[in-house]
Amino acid sequence: MSDIQNLPMARAINAGLRKAMTADDKVLLMGEDIGTLGGVFRVTEGLQTEFGKGRVIDTPLAESGIVGTAIGLAMRGYRPVVEIQFDGFIFPGFNQITTQLAKLTNRHEGQIQMPVVIRVPYGGHIGAVEHHQESPEALFAHTAGLRLVSPSNPNDAYWMIQEAIASNDPVMFFEPKSRYWHKGDVELDASAAPLHATRVVREGTEVTVLGHGAMINVLLAAADIAAEEGTSIEVIDLRSISPIDYGPILESVRKTGRLVVASEAPGFVSVSSEIAATVTEQAFYSLESPVIRVTGFDTPFPPAKVETIYLPDADRVLEAVDRALAY
Amino acid sequence: MSYTEATVQLLSPEGSIVTSDLSAEYLPYIERLTDEQLRDFHRQMVVVRRFDQEGTNLQRQGQMGLWVPSVGQEGAQVGSGFAARAQDHIFPAYREHAVARIRGVDLIDIVRLLRGVTHGGWNPADHGNFHLYTLVIGAHTLHATGYAMGIALDGKSGTGNPETDEAVMVYFGDGATSQGDVNEAMVFAASFQTPEVFFLQNNHWAISVPVTTQSRTPLYLRPSGFGIRGIQIDGNDVLASYAVTAKNLDDARGGAGPRFIEALTYRIGAHTSSDDPTKYRDDAELHYWEARDPIIRFEAYLRSRGEGDAFFASVNEEAEDFAADIRRRTLELPTPPASLIFDHVYSEQHPVIDEQKAWLSAYEASFDANGGVA
Repeated sequence: MSDIQNLPMARAINAGLRKAMTADDKVLLMGEDIGTLGGVFRVTEGLQTEFGKGRVIDTPLAESGIVGTAIGLAMRGYRPVVEIQFDGFIFPGFNQITTQLAKLTNRHEGQIQMPVVIRVPYGGHIGAVEHHQESPEALFAHTAGLRLVSPSNPNDAYWMIQEAIASNDPVMFFEPKSRYWHKGDVELDASAAPLHATRVVREGTEVTVLGHGAMINVLLAAADIAAEEGTSIEVIDLRSISPIDYGPILESVRKTGRLVVASEAPGFVSVSSEIAATVTEQAFYSLESPVIRVTGFDTPFPPAKVETIYLPDADRVLEAVDRALAY
Repeated sequence: MSYTEATVQLLSPEGSIVTSDLSAEYLPYIERLTDEQLRDFHRQMVVVRRFDQEGTNLQRQGQMGLWVPSVGQEGAQVGSGFAARAQDHIFPAYREHAVARIRGVDLIDIVRLLRGVTHGGWNPADHGNFHLYTLVIGAHTLHATGYAMGIALDGKSGTGNPETDEAVMVYFGDGATSQGDVNEAMVFAASFQTPEVFFLQNNHWAISVPVTTQSRTPLYLRPSGFGIRGIQIDGNDVLASYAVTAKNLDDARGGAGPRFIEALTYRIGAHTSSDDPTKYRDDAELHYWEARDPIIRFEAYLRSRGEGDAFFASVNEEAEDFAADIRRRTLELPTPPASLIFDHVYSEQHPVIDEQKAWLSAYEASFDANGGVA
């Protein structure tokens, strides 16, 4: 009989971290306020008490320092899991992530590995101040040497954090912070999919809509509304941002003939653009309409009182679905 | 920014031992050295200077894209390099050719880097724990500090056993001291009391910008603000470099926490082969430092101890042979295959890399041997 627990995503990640730390004593956590406080989102709550200050390290307040020393620890044989406190605070660590972490395996011509996980709470919907609601994943997806993933639900979060830690390559683990406290069933016995697998989360026949992280909740709501109006939407959860698992995407597009790609991030030079271009190249004759992007605007993330206008919601997704169907 | 009252010097520019309150603590480290070890100091400095000259020649002849000379800094490098124990880990910047050789790196590996055959390509574990050069200024100081945090977590420092306790030494320059990463490295090192020596070679110039633009205070005073003890040495004095580094590495290995050494030296040559120092510095300064050359003074010291012409001639001959061997092997270096572009981007399978590698292979195969399309 399988063991299932109903957990919010933050607790699911906490449970996944605990399991990885129990399985391998080289796994350690580093970040600002993650120890005594348990992290500003409490994702690491209780872990320092359980594993000690040598395995759950409260660091000085310096993102480059955190990532740079995590690299050194990985060279020593550790498997550091770094927490960046908020998406918009990752940039002081950008150099260490892109010029060092991403390139060190290549610089050593494969003779060393960089099993470092960088956890990044990201995205909007929480009404926060500047730098606390951004979606910077495209900036990292453009850098060779990194792997990027983002779970949309507690079960994926529980398994994907463990799979990310097990990877011998650096993995950026984008956590949709607006989903931290939403519960879902977590299957504790077996992972449903590998780390880089894209999955169909709702089957449909007329239009495929695709996204990742918190956007999945929006896409599922849009699919419900569309169903009431008689339109059948297939929803795909990207899960892996780099590399992208195109198999299920192309299969779906060949079935529906229409694709809407949605993200909170700005659309210009984005993960959404990349998917639109590749699907156009590889499924051109299956498409009944152009691939349409529904994204954040190409502006800075706005003040919280207008964020709901900036962030794509079910209505904006459905407006794009209608445009796709009109071709 | 030159010598201060705090500068530790064991060997004067004229080549005689300096006895002073500052040197007293370190002279015992010199007294333990054997004649053969002292000869080795000279041998390494001379061979690496000749290697440097050959590197410049090869670059000028189009055999390398770039050369990074270390001429003038041999004293700082050879002394500190010999002070480290085999179990220590060394994180260089990108000019530490002498330290590389002392740690057992075949210097053709430095040539490979600057010729464009590799971005690095060696495993530190097989190369005397000498890590790869890092070209983003100061970025590696954090890797060194993280590595040293790992040593402490492993319980491999501070046990009181100098044969097994480990430490890290990280090299950087005066320009790097302005970088955030170097300052963050000192913050982390102090917070976690890492077994680590920060070894600053102050060669007075960051390409064209003088050290006085980087700092209005002597750089050895900076670490005190981080809670780290700083010591300034005459970096052109190989004996001071050896003794002070040995003492501070002993302290770090023994669990006393991080240490910082500022070695005052001078970049006699250009920043790189692409640089022209005559555009920004005057001859008087160059002559001042040429008169304090690390090799000249050490040769005078060895002669005062009875070393004769035959030894110095044999070292020069060894240096010539070494340079000739480097030249021959440089010209023989193979161009890497195109697969190098793809093979080590990730350590685990990656579909984009696989697809692009296969595409390039098919594309190249589509041309026939005569240059047309097959």
